[in-house]
Amino acid sequence: MLNPNNDSERFIYHFNPEENEITMQTKNLAVYYGKTMAMHNADIQFKKNTITALIGPSGSGKSTYLRSLNRMNDDVATVKGQILYQGVDINRPKIDVYEVRRRIGMVFQRPNPFAKSIYGNITFALERRGVHDKQTLDEVVEKTLKQAAVWDQVKDNLHKSALSLSGGQAQRVCIARALAVEPDVLLLDEPASALDPVSTQQLEQTLRELKKDYTIIIVTHNMQQAARLSDYTVFFNLGEAIEYNKTRKIFTRPKIKLTDDYVSGNFG
Amino acid sequence: MQNQKLAKQLMKKSKTARYERFGHLLSLSALLLIMAVVLGIIIFIATKGLSTFFNDHISFKDFFTGVIWNPGTKTPGGQQAVGALPMIVGSFLVTILAAVVSTPFAIGTAVYMTEISPKRGAKILQPVTELLVGIPSVVYGFIGLSVVVPFVRHAFGGSGFGILSGTFVLFVMILPTIVSMTVDSLKAVPKYYRQASLALGATKWQTIWKVVLRAATPGILTAVVFGMARAFGEALAVQMVIGNAALMPHSLVSPASTLTSVLTAGMGNTVMGSLQNDALWSLALVLLIMSLLFNLLVHFIGRRGAFKK
Repeated sequence: MLNPNNDSERFIYHFNPEENEITMQTKNLAVYYGKTMAMHNADIQFKKNTITALIGPSGSGKSTYLRSLNRMNDDVATVKGQILYQGVDINRPKIDVYEVRRRIGMVFQRPNPFAKSIYGNITFALERRGVHDKQTLDEVVEKTLKQAAVWDQVKDNLHKSALSLSGGQAQRVCIARALAVEPDVLLLDEPASALDPVSTQQLEQTLRELKKDYTIIIVTHNMQQAARLSDYTVFFNLGEAIEYNKTRKIFTRPKIKLTDDYVSGNFG
Repeated sequence: MQNQKLAKQLMKKSKTARYERFGHLLSLSALLLIMAVVLGIIIFIATKGLSTFFNDHISFKDFFTGVIWNPGTKTPGGQQAVGALPMIVGSFLVTILAAVVSTPFAIGTAVYMTEISPKRGAKILQPVTELLVGIPSVVYGFIGLSVVVPFVRHAFGGSGFGILSGTFVLFVMILPTIVSMTVDSLKAVPKYYRQASLALGATKWQTIWKVVLRAATPGILTAVVFGMARAFGEALAVQMVIGNAALMPHSLVSPASTLTSVLTAGMGNTVMGSLQNDALWSLALVLLIMSLLFNLLVHFIGRRGAFKK
């Protein structure tokens, strides 16, 4: 579906809501830093239990877009438009952002464990929500670390400082930490860019496993990673979503020339 | 031939190389001078301070546990009256109390300035704290004398002079030190700590309380120790409100004294080399050792608390 009203040529795939369960969707979203518009034109639907990759050059607005989805931009930017989470617009002043962020978890570019034990990192958010039962916490720690595929490596050192972990392990502990509050959606902002190739591969395997239970949206600079990992891909350029389609189509038969140039490396 | 000429050129000291050496020597000599001065002060105070014990044969026990301070006379028990315990207790009491009162206010202010309203913090609170640092201590003492002492007299009884008044004055004096250093340590907490916590659904308050303040704890402790060092060494303002009676304080509103207040009050009235004079130097030595200990403490905390980058 081409949008004739706009100067740049775009192709945005739309799911049929009768047949697909849409977990998140944005409509008319625009993000402003002060008076400068950082991104707009991103009417994208995210299907349940899929991995969607956001790709594009630096400054294309993909991270800004991602951070809007769980209202992490609240303090730094003005976000206009609708962000629908299971049909509810969460970009309204009355919405409790803390509850939103529990349901829509986020993992950052740099592994950022707290200066606490591994155990303390995982249970941090639960304790803030008043869960103090030791047995429950123990179960959550084991379950989430297993989900994040790091349990075997850290199970004997749960009470050691999380700062002593390697980058890859720390990043997976951060994923486990995000899973501990039982979100639906997991947002990842270039989670592998600080990791070596082996850790990256393990992380990708972990995300593939997690897809069964979560809807995953991942920003990546690495096009091979997007191609390997994701089911759908959005290509951003200059603050706009240019093309959104099945990943296979984006990388083999893109509909927009700009996308073609970018994925084939002819860009700028 | 060509090579030899080149070698000669390269081995000749150029003008820039000589400048380099000059600058190196200049900064080295500045460093050596400062070291000599510091070392000289330490040696001077140490020899003077220790002569109380070695020349005048006062025992350490009498000095540190005696409660009567009147050098040159004897106690009713027949010992030399150089008991410094009242001043040591006085110094520690005002220091610790001032730190205890200041710290919560300082942390609250610093949190507001960095976490809650950085804009207003930078615009209003920053200049205010800087101004507080700049006020001379004699002015603090004067205000203490004309406002705090009467207030304490009315509110808590006694003459108004005493540990409590000293605490109030020092509280205001060390507050800016603790605030500005706490602000620095809060600013040093990486942004991604706050983001990680917020992204997990923690509230802003939970993030400040459980993540930011925890991470900044070593820095805040350092700030408090610096504040205490300042309080411990402050002479003039304290002297003006504490009452200057070298007596064991039996309540917070009874006149007392600190190491510094006795020093400032007594130093003009003694003759070099006399027991009275030596005893004052011993007090100075105690002060010096305490500030050394405060410094060591700061180093120790700083080393343990460095952020992993």
